[in-house]
Amino acid sequence: MTEQTSLAQKNKRLIVRLFSIIGVMFCFGFALVPLYDVFCEFTGLNGRNVVRSEAPSTLIDTSRTVRIEFTTSVAPGMPWRFKPVTKAIDVHPGENKVVKFSAFNPTKHKIIGQAIPSVSPGLASLYLNKTECFCFNQQPLNAGENVEMGLVFFISPDLPEHIKTMTLSYTLFNVSDSVSPPEIAALF
Amino acid sequence: MNTTTTADSHEHHDHKPKGIMRWILTTNHKDIGSLYLMFSFLMFIIGGAMAMVIRAELYQPGLQIVEPNFFNQMTTVHGLIMVFGAVMPAFTGLANWLIPMMIGAPDMALPRMNNWSFWILPMAFTILLSSLFMEGGGPNFGWTFYAPLSTTYAPDSTALFVFAIHIMGISSILGAINVVVTIINMRAPGMTYMKMPLFVWTWLITAFLLIAVMPVLAATVTMVLTDKYFGTSFFAAAGGGDPVLFQHIFWFFGHPEVYIMILPSFGIISAIVPTFSRKKLFGYSSMVYATSSIALLSFLVWAHHMFTTGMPVAAELFFMYCTMLISVPTGVKVFNWVATMWRGSLTFETPMLFAIAFIVLFSIGGFSGLMLAITPADFQYHDTYFVVAHFHYVLVTGAIFSIMAAAYYWLPKWTGYMYDERLGKLHFWTSVISVNVLFFPMHFLGLAGMPRRVPDYALQFADFNQLVSIGGFAFGLSQLIFLVVVIKCARGGEKAPAKPWEGAEGLEWDMPSPAPYHSHTTPPRVK
Amino acid sequence: MRKIIMISAAMSTVVLSGSAKSNSESSTINLTQGVTDISQSVYDLHMIILTICAIIGVVVFGAMFYAIVNHRKSKGAQAAQFHESTKVEIIWTVIPFFILIGMAIPATTTLIEMEDDSASDITIKITGSQWKWHYEYFDHDFGFFSLLTTPQDQIHNKSEKGENYLLEVDRPLVIPVNKKVRFLITADDVIHSWWVPAFAVKQDANPGFINGAWTKVNEPGIYRGQCAELCGKDHGFMPIVVKVLSEADYDIWLTDQLKDVEQAKQDEQQALASTLTMAESMTLGEQVYVARCAMCHQVGGEGIAGAFPKLKGSPIALGDIAAHIDVVVNGKPGTAMQAFANQLTAKELAAVITYERNAWGNDTGDVVQVSDVKPEAK
Repeated sequence: MTEQTSLAQKNKRLIVRLFSIIGVMFCFGFALVPLYDVFCEFTGLNGRNVVRSEAPSTLIDTSRTVRIEFTTSVAPGMPWRFKPVTKAIDVHPGENKVVKFSAFNPTKHKIIGQAIPSVSPGLASLYLNKTECFCFNQQPLNAGENVEMGLVFFISPDLPEHIKTMTLSYTLFNVSDSVSPPEIAALF
Repeated sequence: MNTTTTADSHEHHDHKPKGIMRWILTTNHKDIGSLYLMFSFLMFIIGGAMAMVIRAELYQPGLQIVEPNFFNQMTTVHGLIMVFGAVMPAFTGLANWLIPMMIGAPDMALPRMNNWSFWILPMAFTILLSSLFMEGGGPNFGWTFYAPLSTTYAPDSTALFVFAIHIMGISSILGAINVVVTIINMRAPGMTYMKMPLFVWTWLITAFLLIAVMPVLAATVTMVLTDKYFGTSFFAAAGGGDPVLFQHIFWFFGHPEVYIMILPSFGIISAIVPTFSRKKLFGYSSMVYATSSIALLSFLVWAHHMFTTGMPVAAELFFMYCTMLISVPTGVKVFNWVATMWRGSLTFETPMLFAIAFIVLFSIGGFSGLMLAITPADFQYHDTYFVVAHFHYVLVTGAIFSIMAAAYYWLPKWTGYMYDERLGKLHFWTSVISVNVLFFPMHFLGLAGMPRRVPDYALQFADFNQLVSIGGFAFGLSQLIFLVVVIKCARGGEKAPAKPWEGAEGLEWDMPSPAPYHSHTTPPRVK
Repeated sequence: MRKIIMISAAMSTVVLSGSAKSNSESSTINLTQGVTDISQSVYDLHMIILTICAIIGVVVFGAMFYAIVNHRKSKGAQAAQFHESTKVEIIWTVIPFFILIGMAIPATTTLIEMEDDSASDITIKITGSQWKWHYEYFDHDFGFFSLLTTPQDQIHNKSEKGENYLLEVDRPLVIPVNKKVRFLITADDVIHSWWVPAFAVKQDANPGFINGAWTKVNEPGIYRGQCAELCGKDHGFMPIVVKVLSEADYDIWLTDQLKDVEQAKQDEQQALASTLTMAESMTLGEQVYVARCAMCHQVGGEGIAGAFPKLKGSPIALGDIAAHIDVVVNGKPGTAMQAFANQLTAKELAAVITYERNAWGNDTGDVVQVSDVKPEAK
């Protein structure tokens, strides 16, 4: 009798431990989402540009220039015309630069857009610092409205030597559906 | 299949119901093992039928039999069924039948949970298969269900797919818990860890892998559900998500999953080869350490499925090196099996034939795996038929052949009768020849440039595709021989002694054949 | 040891490349050597690894078959008693480990070579969508779609298949030989993958993100590849064709293309001024519909239940014209319906919408004009 009870007890303890591993691993699956973001910040893994700078740079490395190209894509369901005003510029690492992107809403409705950045090569995203970017916020445009949106950035002076060209791409999405009417009213 | 002869001195009255209720309510590990095995064979046939549809369409260039969207459903559901419905339940069935007998336990630790673990499986697969008949069709995004193809662009049946996976996952997790608790707490006195048969070891390690990664699959599939139906953006760039994130989370589960599907095979081969070599397994402790290393390493290699997603070089190198490393402990195991055979006294009954075929053909799968690990080369192999060849070698001539070897090996113990050796050998030879006609040319197709998951192909791929399809039909038909062997054996034949195989070792061979419905009711003393 | 491997590699090369004729032609059983330095390195790496694996296989299986033949009970073999040896275990752990290091070195070198995409001469932006590719010449701000041209008749076995069945497109990507070409790869909807075996370039096209790749082709010619990531029903029907021209020919081609772009702009202006008749629209509209819409909405407008909505008798085609135009021109977010604003000319857009509103018994009598479409589209 005691043997059986102690077996039942041993089993119960082990089962509880195993279920807690299961619980931990289930949460770990979800935790991988923020972990991925953290990892990307560290390694530039997928070119997701997450470097937001508070202050513009003060140190400029005049010994070399880096070519930075700009390209845009418009996602399906987003009718705006969205183009970089400047296609490419050569900058010194550490130099503050402003570039513009033009956006035009040719439809008869208000539309809210969200620009998502991506950098190639991925590693370069760690060194691209944005002081101000239209991609930080959702962008509202009225029907027929035309706007030039700015990006203020600098490239870190500690950019690795072997990176001489990088491309910053923005994909513009229509996020009007995900914004509630009071929020829309506040935006326009 | 079951009589109530017991080896014990106690008279045991079994008040089990007759007929179908017996099977529905059973908590007996032997019954549940049989249920799992029969279910898995049924799934093998259904998944195999889908493969036949695929091979029939690919017999010639052009679209003859099915439309591309249905073809994608076939490839998807074929994969899901084979992975979750055939291979995993078969191994669980073997675990149920054999582990208690091998360690001297009277049953699994949690017999009622064991019953549940099985019976939710037919539910899950009914849900999955019925989704094929929905408007818009069943899942069509590959068994790997990458987002956003499986979220924004997926048919309505995706919800059913998600639920089915959740249920299968729960079944596997509960089964794994049962295995771990049984092995850790219910070994007979004297049965130390290093005396356990390797099959028990490999299942113990597999069960830990299951406990670690099936919950991650559950999380993945939940995120797909919420992205599709509840407005989250885990995998959509617009909302700040990333489709590549899906791949990381999925393959964190996916890679250990494929080791889950092969480790029990290693245990089976490690039981069969020594028996028919009449020689102890060479390097028992090495085998245990090698299996553990493989399991640990399996957590570090997941991104080798993602070399073309745009990873930085450092990451690609890390995953390349770790993946290459896995071939060391795997190679050690192969060498140990060969060393077991070396200077043994070999006979070649059907289980041994399948085991030998396993060693050669699984190793071929291992070689193509090593080639795939080499990142620059993988850029040419990835998503081609070369990969299809690789995983079918390790899964069909690997896992499935080991399951058949196990069936032949232990059928006498389960049924009390010897199976028909001539039919068994016929099954073996037709299978081994047709399986190679089916999968070997796929290496060439992949190298020559044929992508995977396509219902049609350019003309230079036609000849090999035709050959492959013929191999496929032949292999499918050969499995009917296996069905005949099993049914015939269950119904009668030459009576099997307790130990039908001269060189066999292990507690299960000390009891009569068929094994008593309740065995080890008093624990044996293990020296 | 190295010599043995190199000789075996050479022998395997001879054996396996038996059916290959030249670098730019493909084998039916082996990887192509391709037409770039990288593709050649990849091929060499592949052959070395394959040879090493073959040698190991021969040795290990050889030992096993030796045992099968000579250590069988029927031959009177008596089983030996040994069942462990730490020494042997260490040896056959360490030796494979060193073999792996031997493999890892050339693999690492080749990988690092492949990842260096600096100092390129041209940049091409490649966008994958269901089920076609778009190529944009970065420095010249022009681009075009590249669609499969194999006729449905051939696919459905009603006519004989052409030589480049499933590997032919209307407008191939054109690049110059001997120049480093950089690719920026992205997608509009699901994940696709851009693969040209002859260049050994394969990179996934992830929606919302860009990936980089590069190539430098040594030989002019036409090279064909396919999408390499399951992307929906026509995954097998969106090939890649790259035409590599001499520098001089490339310059001529580029100039012609830019002229065509100018011409198209002028045609657009003219179309705006003119009026489309029902007959004109139905003819042009049907052509466009069959080529660009029928793959999902089906030739008879009936769609595929649960996947692609029907147009025959549908509220969209029979209802508000502006709403219909909006869906076709701008797409529908959250679904597979793409924006056709940049894929068709304004005239084609007007015609196809007219066709949809009048075919299959829809008979609305509406004739959409270019100016109706224009403010939305451009």
